[in-house]
Parts: sequence; structure tokens; C-alpha cells
Amino acid sequence: MIRFESVEYIYPNGVKALDGIDLEIGDGEIVTIMGENGAGKTTLIKHLNGLLKPVKGKVLIDGIDTRKVTVASLSKKVGIVFQNPDDMFFSENIWEEIAFALRNFGYDEEVVKRRVENAINFMDLASYVDKSPFTLSGGEKKRLALAIVLAWSPDIIALDEPTIGQDILQKEKLLQVIKLLNSQGKTIIISSHDVEFIADLKPRIILMKRGKVIADGNAEEIFLNEELLKSCNLLPPQLITLSRELEFIGVRPRLYSPRELAAEIMTRLQR
Amino acid sequence: MFRDFIRKTRLPSGVDGDLRIIEVKDLGFKYAGTDFYAIKEVNLEINEGEFVILAGKSGCGKTTLLRCLNGLIPHFYEGEFEGRVLIDGVDTRDCPPYILSQKAGMVFQNPDNQLFALSVEADIAFPLENLGLPREEIRDRVEWALKLLKIEELRSRSPFELSAGQKQKVAIASVLAMRPKILLLDEPTSSLDPISAKNLIDAIIELNRKHRLTILISEHRLTHLIPHADKLAIMDKGKILYFDEPRKVLKEDVLMYGVSIPRVVEVVREMRKIGGCLPFREVPLSVDEFIRDLRGVLR
Repeated sequence: MIRFESVEYIYPNGVKALDGIDLEIGDGEIVTIMGENGAGKTTLIKHLNGLLKPVKGKVLIDGIDTRKVTVASLSKKVGIVFQNPDDMFFSENIWEEIAFALRNFGYDEEVVKRRVENAINFMDLASYVDKSPFTLSGGEKKRLALAIVLAWSPDIIALDEPTIGQDILQKEKLLQVIKLLNSQGKTIIISSHDVEFIADLKPRIILMKRGKVIADGNAEEIFLNEELLKSCNLLPPQLITLSRELEFIGVRPRLYSPRELAAEIMTRLQR
Repeated sequence: MFRDFIRKTRLPSGVDGDLRIIEVKDLGFKYAGTDFYAIKEVNLEINEGEFVILAGKSGCGKTTLLRCLNGLIPHFYEGEFEGRVLIDGVDTRDCPPYILSQKAGMVFQNPDNQLFALSVEADIAFPLENLGLPREEIRDRVEWALKLLKIEELRSRSPFELSAGQKQKVAIASVLAMRPKILLLDEPTSSLDPISAKNLIDAIIELNRKHRLTILISEHRLTHLIPHADKLAIMDKGKILYFDEPRKVLKEDVLMYGVSIPRVVEVVREMRKIGGCLPFREVPLSVDEFIRDLRGVLR
């Protein structure tokens, strides 16, 4: 369970990035944090493992106050995959990169080996094991960053803008990975403004603006509220717009998948 | 000397009399230290004023191709270069990048890589000062570029305090101040929120429509771009597989090349699977086209 209680965060340059955040995220939830550039999404994510600590209020992870423990101890519970994976890498090859954190956590070499291999297979990185992380393409780096976190299997996994620069095939793979992890009981927190990706995932959406939470609801409810989206520099998914324009043939505005909407239109046209 | 050289070069024309502004012939490039061709056997002809989208999986060679068009390859990146690239009639191998940048300007994914001055105005003026242009001319061009992107009110701001979308517009303005005929954009909206991305795309479309700027843009998010594009090029493993009007290309199964087709197109495909009579003669590329065609049939 993640709890934010009246959390405020002010950067050293005086910018107030979080302004009174109250939030509760239950175990096993998939939550997306959406909002325009600069709304405070990344700052909020950095509070999950204590990388940033609240200036006012507190963040509790399973009841543990992030101000009272080290980032290293929280990292066992919370894994963050950053937007720019280059910030995470330093090892000579991919195998060592994934193994590093596990060794730091004090696992036996045998466990390290098994977990690294699992993570490599899970993220389709087997053909790259001997490569340097820095020679990978942008999409491959993102996969490696996720593999590193998956290897130590934290209960809470946060992904900061995971779809930036990813093509549609990589996004589909990411969607499957997120659903699979969630089915294993992991709590998944994603910051993103990729509305089409989020439309496929249909998670709970927390909408942020200027450091505040301005809405919290299910994907359909949020995406149907055009005014609210606009105020956060977001556009509705294209099929919400299409379903709204199709009201003249009797289609009800909803968050359809392409197949659902196609079936709905054909039914209406046959009448 | 180079300016005279460019003036003397005869411009090739297309069969239909359109000015061929980009001509790529059997282009291949292998970066130094790698053992594979990043692009291979690329042939491409683009006429002046065309709006072209470059799509394909990450790592398919889009960025390498763009680098070949503004001369970064072969002038800055070392490697094996094959074939030739003519930009506005000039072979990129024979022309230094500072001349090429006045023909084909490039905007990158991350505008922070392109901005460094203390004010927006100074950033736009910098490359012009480097060209040694007279002060008057520089002032006029900075004014023109600010106006073109509708960012006059940002002139004295520091580029670093701007939003990501504003920064990207400043980066475009500073490239356009060089008065290129071609604007190359490498995933310019990838880090922008949806409305900032749409604003930027609208600005780019206007540059093409109003000012006949030739545009070549690589993008993953095609929804807002595709209805305005003249051509869609799809790359895979360093080669161009399709290069045609978007509607024709989208008839193919392009998903496997990592191209995200607009959701309305997916809906039409699903309708086709269900069967029966479809209300479309051609695949609609936007919500507006979809509704217009449907209303047309129901009337």
C-alpha cells in the first residue's frame, strides 16, 4: 500500500513541484499518472523509493515512512525505471548490469545467476548479453532498464514515460509485460501522456496539474471528460472522439477498442 | 566559392515538371566500428513542397537517412558511404555542411541539444552570425522566423525556462532562419504532451501549406500527421519498403514494421472483417474524414 499524506516538494531552485498530494494506491493496482510536461509526474515517482523526500507531509510505503529509511532499503520494495535509461547504466555488459543490484542486495551468486537469466529471457535480451549497455538502441535500453528492475522483483514497479521513442511493436510488448506483472500481484505505476497506450491498458488514472492531483478515476471516466483533459494539455484517445461524433447513428460515447467500435457501428448501420 | 558553385548547378526536374529537391540514389551507410549497414540500397525522390513522413521500427535507419540528407553523414559521422544524395541539385559529398544547412535544416528529438544561448533571439541569430551575414539581414531573419512559428512573445526569454513544446518551436525557428527549402525533423514530438505535440504538428503543416517548405519528418505517432502528408515512407532494416500516398501504403499490413496506424483506420479494418457493405470508397485517415464519408452515404 502506498500513501501520500499532504505531500509537498520544492526543488532547490524554488519550484514547487508537488503541492499537497493526498493519494492512496492499493496492492496490485495499475495506476497511470497523466498530465502535461512539468505537472509533477516524475517528481511524484521519485518519492516512491525515497529518492526525493517530502518537504512537508509524508509518503508511506507499506507503512514505512520514506524519510526514515534509506533509498537502498526501499528499493527492495520499489523499483523505478527512469525515462532516460542511460542514467542507470555503468557496467561493461548487460549480464553484469542486471547482476549488479542483486549482488548489492546480498543474494547468493546462484540466485543472482538464476534471476539474471530469467530477466534476460523475459525481456528478450538473450542475444545481447555480452554487449555494452551503451551500444544498445533506445528501445533496447528501455528493455534492459526494465529487466534490471524485474530481476530483483520488487512489489511496486514504477515506469516513468515508458513509451517515449518506442514503436508500436515495443509498446505492445510492454503492454503484455505490464499485464503479466500485474497478474503476479505487482503494483504498477506508470507516468505517461501517451493516451492511445493508456486507452489500451485501461488503468486507474490520476490526473496532475501544477503539482496537484485534479482528478482520479477509471480510464473511461477520465477520457470522456474533454474539458478536464484539455486543462491538462491532453487530448482524448481518437476512438473516444470518433464514438462521440457517431452519436448521430446511435453510438454511445465510450472507450471502445477498434474491434468493439467496429461491431457497434455495423450493428447501428444495419438497423 | 561554394555559393557560385551552387548557383551554377542545374536543378533536375521530375517528369511532371515538379522540382526534384531531394534525390537519393542507391544510398548505403555503415558507421565506423560497426559490421552492418545502417541503411542500404535506399532510393528516394522528393519534389519541392512535398510533405513526407518517414516511419518504421526503432533502429530501422530513419535517423541515419535524415543525417545523410543534411550532410552530417558523411561529413561528421565516419563510415562507409555508398551511392549519392543530391539536395537541391548539390551532391552532399561535395558540399560542406554549413552550405547544406542553408538547404536542408534538421531539428532533433531533444531540443536541449540545439539550444544554448541566453535568449531565444540570440539562439536564432547565432547560426546567422556564424555565416557572417550583415546585422540588418540577421535582424530581419530572426523577426521572420519568430513570426513564422508565432513565438514573438518568447523573444527575450531564456530557452531553458521554456516548456518542451516551446523549445522545439525555437529549435525549428533557428533552423528556418537559415532559409532552407527543406525541413528535416527527427521525432520532434516524442517527449511532448498531446496538445503541445498537436500544436507543433499544426505549425509544421502550416509551414508546408503556406510557405511550400519541403518537409521530411520521422515519427511514431502518425494520427495527426497522416491526413496532411503527401507521401508515407516505411523503412525496415535500413531499406525503404513502401513510398507512396499514405492511403495506398496503409492498405498494406504495415503493423509488422512498427508503424502505428491511426485508430480510425483500425476500426475500418475491423468493419471489413465483420463483412457487409462498407460506407467508404477510400480508407478515411481521420475522424473528420470518417464522419464526412459516413454522412455522405447515409444522406
